[in-house]
Amino acid sequence: MSAPAGRSLVVVSAGLNNPSSTRLLADRLSAAVDRHLRDAGIDAGAEVIELRNHAQDLTNNLLTGFPSPRLQAAIDAVLAADGLIAVTPIFSASYSGLFKMFFDVLDRDGLAGKPSLIAATGGTPRHSLAIDHALRPLFAYLNAAVVATGVYAAAEDWGRAGLDADGSLVERIDRAAGELATAMITRPHEAPSDPFETPVPFEQLLGSTTAPD
Amino acid sequence: MQFGIFTVGDLTADPTTGQTLSEEDRIKVMVTVALKAEEIGLDVFATGEHHNPPFVPSSPTTMLGFIAARTQRLMLSTATTLITTNDPVKIAEDYAMLQHLAEGRVDLMMGRGNMGPVYPWFGQDIRNGIALAYENYALLHRLWREDVVDWSGRFRTPLTGFTSTPRPLDGVPPFVWHGSIRSPEIAEQAAFYGDGFFHNNIFWPKEHVQRMVDLYRRRFEHYGHGPANQAIVGLGGHVFMRANSQDAIREFRPYFDHAPVYGGGPSLEEYMEQTPMTIGSPQEVIDRTLSFREIVGDYQRQLFLADHAGLPLKTVLEQMDMLGELVVPVLRKEFAAMRSEGVPDGPPLHPRVTAAETAKSTEQVAAVAVA
Repeated sequence: MSAPAGRSLVVVSAGLNNPSSTRLLADRLSAAVDRHLRDAGIDAGAEVIELRNHAQDLTNNLLTGFPSPRLQAAIDAVLAADGLIAVTPIFSASYSGLFKMFFDVLDRDGLAGKPSLIAATGGTPRHSLAIDHALRPLFAYLNAAVVATGVYAAAEDWGRAGLDADGSLVERIDRAAGELATAMITRPHEAPSDPFETPVPFEQLLGSTTAPD
Repeated sequence: MQFGIFTVGDLTADPTTGQTLSEEDRIKVMVTVALKAEEIGLDVFATGEHHNPPFVPSSPTTMLGFIAARTQRLMLSTATTLITTNDPVKIAEDYAMLQHLAEGRVDLMMGRGNMGPVYPWFGQDIRNGIALAYENYALLHRLWREDVVDWSGRFRTPLTGFTSTPRPLDGVPPFVWHGSIRSPEIAEQAAFYGDGFFHNNIFWPKEHVQRMVDLYRRRFEHYGHGPANQAIVGLGGHVFMRANSQDAIREFRPYFDHAPVYGGGPSLEEYMEQTPMTIGSPQEVIDRTLSFREIVGDYQRQLFLADHAGLPLKTVLEQMDMLGELVVPVLRKEFAAMRSEGVPDGPPLHPRVTAAETAKSTEQVAAVAVA
């Protein structure tokens, strides 16, 4: 196999404040993935999508059925990316509504097979399992290739707890980033298929007996 | 080029008065709009088909048959006929019957419907939407072209030695359009048969409309029906006019803000920017509609939404008067002047309709000669 070309990384952050701890975590993860890719000799560009900037457009998309041009550009970036980092604050034991809205307006198959890293922030460490109880099932439904390590950062992780060597925030960020970088390098670089450019021929559709799920 | 009105038949409270029509009155409004369409010189009236409130038109051929009896030259159509949940045998029979009564003034547009529960109410599953559209239309297509049909498929009970009656008028089936907003499979289907493709672009950004129509045109040519620019394309349009744009916007805004399909989302201004909706002066409507040609190429049918969102009948009729007097005559002239060589100026008509039109223009020529 020839050396992989550059890889594109998109970071979706659902933090509400500016600055937010969610964005802080997103940036740390993004920088760590970038470092791992560079270590492997791969150029990576990271684009950050702050969902706060698309909040009105997301509501409008849910009501009208189509995205505004600006939201479409964000969706296209996610669909075309080789890797995804998705970070949300935990509200009421789960991802935030804003975070879910974005993944609700993506095509059902948009994330299929896409190397993804899930991460979340919260006030206390007691919500850390939301990563595995809420985020992981969502991305499993979307058929994303989610890496084994999810990263949860509680408020206290930004202090001393984040630095403790064993299982610290810094260590978990590095481990998750390494896993995502490996998945991005291993997966062949694929442009999303376009049903308008390459339509399924009539005879094949007429003969098809399998219902889409 | 054909111009007409399509109606969804919604029962929506007028947000400025809180009043909602009775079903009876709403149905009569639809008929009034159809008769008005003929009176002001439009070519087509197309009714929706729905099987759930707040919509009244569940029985399109009943309504179109009634309108056929009260009109002379209006084309009667649908927007859309549910090819997924209706029995294709019943569609074949109903529309052939209508074709006889209306002396050929009938075409129809296939659609899948977008209300989930309608599928199970008619014994189907929405996940089979595309498969139903394909299989049911394949059967309908044969029923109108073969006198005796043996058939079996996945969704309907098999037929052996079945003849759909009445046969299409003079053996010529109604022209069919396939309507879809977002499914490339339906553009592919329309192209395969060489049928028309209608994009109800009123809800969609132009880039998307362009991709759908472009796919249809390319595949129309691929399947050997003629050059891509001669494929038969129809578009929707949503307009509201007053002599002064600001008056149009002021008057229409409450209807936009409270309409079930628009309310609570983007502002009227954002919506006008992102979709073909045009609220303004007749000249703005003319300019915007002419710009559709830049998006999809020369096209054959333009339908406008007029009666909806609780607009009072008086207002709807005023809108139609403006369409008939100020907008459509200009559009006819301008579109005709721009149309490329060899591109049809409308969808195929039944030979009876063509004959009636020829007779009429001969009469007119004779009348002029006598005068």
